[in-house]
Amino acid sequence: MTHHPDHEDAVSQARLREVDSPSSPVERFGVDEPLVLDAGRTLAPWQIAYETYGELNADRSNAILVCHALTGDQYAASTHPITGKPGWWSLMVGPGRPVDTDRFFVICANVLGGCAGTTGPASRDPEGGRYGLKLPVVTIADMVRAQAMLIDRLGIDTLFAVVGGSMGGMQVLEWAASYPERVFAAVPIAAGARHSSQNIAFHEVGRQAIMADPNWRGGRYLEEGLIPKKGLSVARMAAHITYVSEEALHSKFGRALQDRDQITFGFDADFQIESYLRHQGSTFVDRFDANSYLYVTRAMDYFDLAIDHRGVLANAFRRSPTRFCVISFTSDWLFPTKESRNVVHALNAAGANVSFVEIETDRGHDSFLLNEPELFRVTRGFLTGAAHVRGIEPPAADPDAE
Amino acid sequence: MTHNGSRFDLEVVASLVAPGSRVLDVGCGDGELMERLALDKGVDARGIELSQTGVNECVARGLSVIQGDADADLDAYLDESFDYVILSQTLQATRDPKTVLQNLLRIGSYAIVSFPNFGHWRMRMQLLFQGRMPITPHLPEPWYATPNIHFCTIRDFVSLCEELDATVQEAIALNATGGRMPIRAPWWFWNMFGQQAVFLLHR
Repeated sequence: MTHHPDHEDAVSQARLREVDSPSSPVERFGVDEPLVLDAGRTLAPWQIAYETYGELNADRSNAILVCHALTGDQYAASTHPITGKPGWWSLMVGPGRPVDTDRFFVICANVLGGCAGTTGPASRDPEGGRYGLKLPVVTIADMVRAQAMLIDRLGIDTLFAVVGGSMGGMQVLEWAASYPERVFAAVPIAAGARHSSQNIAFHEVGRQAIMADPNWRGGRYLEEGLIPKKGLSVARMAAHITYVSEEALHSKFGRALQDRDQITFGFDADFQIESYLRHQGSTFVDRFDANSYLYVTRAMDYFDLAIDHRGVLANAFRRSPTRFCVISFTSDWLFPTKESRNVVHALNAAGANVSFVEIETDRGHDSFLLNEPELFRVTRGFLTGAAHVRGIEPPAADPDAE
Repeated sequence: MTHNGSRFDLEVVASLVAPGSRVLDVGCGDGELMERLALDKGVDARGIELSQTGVNECVARGLSVIQGDADADLDAYLDESFDYVILSQTLQATRDPKTVLQNLLRIGSYAIVSFPNFGHWRMRMQLLFQGRMPITPHLPEPWYATPNIHFCTIRDFVSLCEELDATVQEAIALNATGGRMPIRAPWWFWNMFGQQAVFLLHR
């Protein structure tokens, strides 16, 4: 065993506590309810951690499933148990918000392969110890299958809507393709029906950074009481660059220096952008598990909805009863509008009911997490229109539409 | 998509649509026509609109509208997937009006096309006497700023329909105040005095 500073110990212990028995509700499935995986294996026992907001109505028709992105968790609109920060989608989900918890019953679950209470590589292996790389590789479809079993267990037949951005948007599309009858409305944001070669390339850089960290130990670092912090934070730094636009980086940081008047002719963080990225990397390792990062990025890489439907994306949505609202952002180069437009064309070819909005912003892929009034307006308008068709009562006091 | 002047053609367009039908409105603006068709006629309406403000307005109103344009986004739709495809005041702003019209006739059992008539006598007068590209209250932009890159006259449009083997089921010409022109008038009269034209076509 290697010796650690106390803070690091405390944080990693807190994270493992959240893996085993999270602060949020958790549903456990025994050996009689295995999760069937695309990799050809089954997982049992397994568990899924989730948060809910608002009230389920009498006819159970007002449930919205929110799907989180790569490094998200179930705490969409509640304080994070480790960082103490507000939920990652507090702007979007809440009373009177676009995803209005006064009107809808909102569910957000940690994905399979995650590290916030749903079974993932940091979970206990029934054979002893922690899974690490012994966990089968999971796919977006596996994540969705796990969510569907949770929804079953909550006694909900049809979801009013499934909403999510980035990897969450991939799950939305997978939900609509796998369970069309169970999804009344779908809102995939800043996503696409497949991961591009460029997307896979960036993920591979991140994975290699983690595996190159001597503390990774072939994925067995938890047993040895280590954390591959360096590798994980480099992975996060590289990924973070892809979430923002060049334009926004330039206007936010430019070539400004960090707490100094001139360059130091060294390798400290001379530039503000360097300091910012280092900060992003180092805070990330406190809340995320390195192996989880490998698994979840892999799931995104493997995602290609057309391949699963005889090479034609439209086949995934044939005779779909679901109402879609596809949203993209002008400055998103990770999931550019072209990817969303492909989805829209496939939906049109399938005769699906589809709306599509490209939102003008310079804040890149991460726009779906930020304060984008147009995003809120469109989401609110779409959900309100769909709720009207579905016959879901508006909340007693209707908030302003703006 | 472009909208010029008042939209009295919408009234006429709406009157051509059968209740309860499936409609695709290409260049649907802020969704005024779609909403009217949905409310008054129980129509299942979908739309395509180029401007972000228009699309956002539509979606925020609960209408099913995609951001796109007639040139780029019609190919994906299947044959005869709609009863009517509407293209109002937009044909003259497309890059390839012929292909667009072919697509309309393919996607819809019927196509409804409305456009400003460039053969109107005021246009002819301006060109004839001032020797300048016409500017009217209805089409106010100068030649270099107009989104209307493929103007046509009613007569031009009729010959394009012939070329595409499209049947003109109904044709309505409107004068400057939105009044319908005498139904029995010959083409040349419409082409001279019609400010707007609305055509109902099918293959």
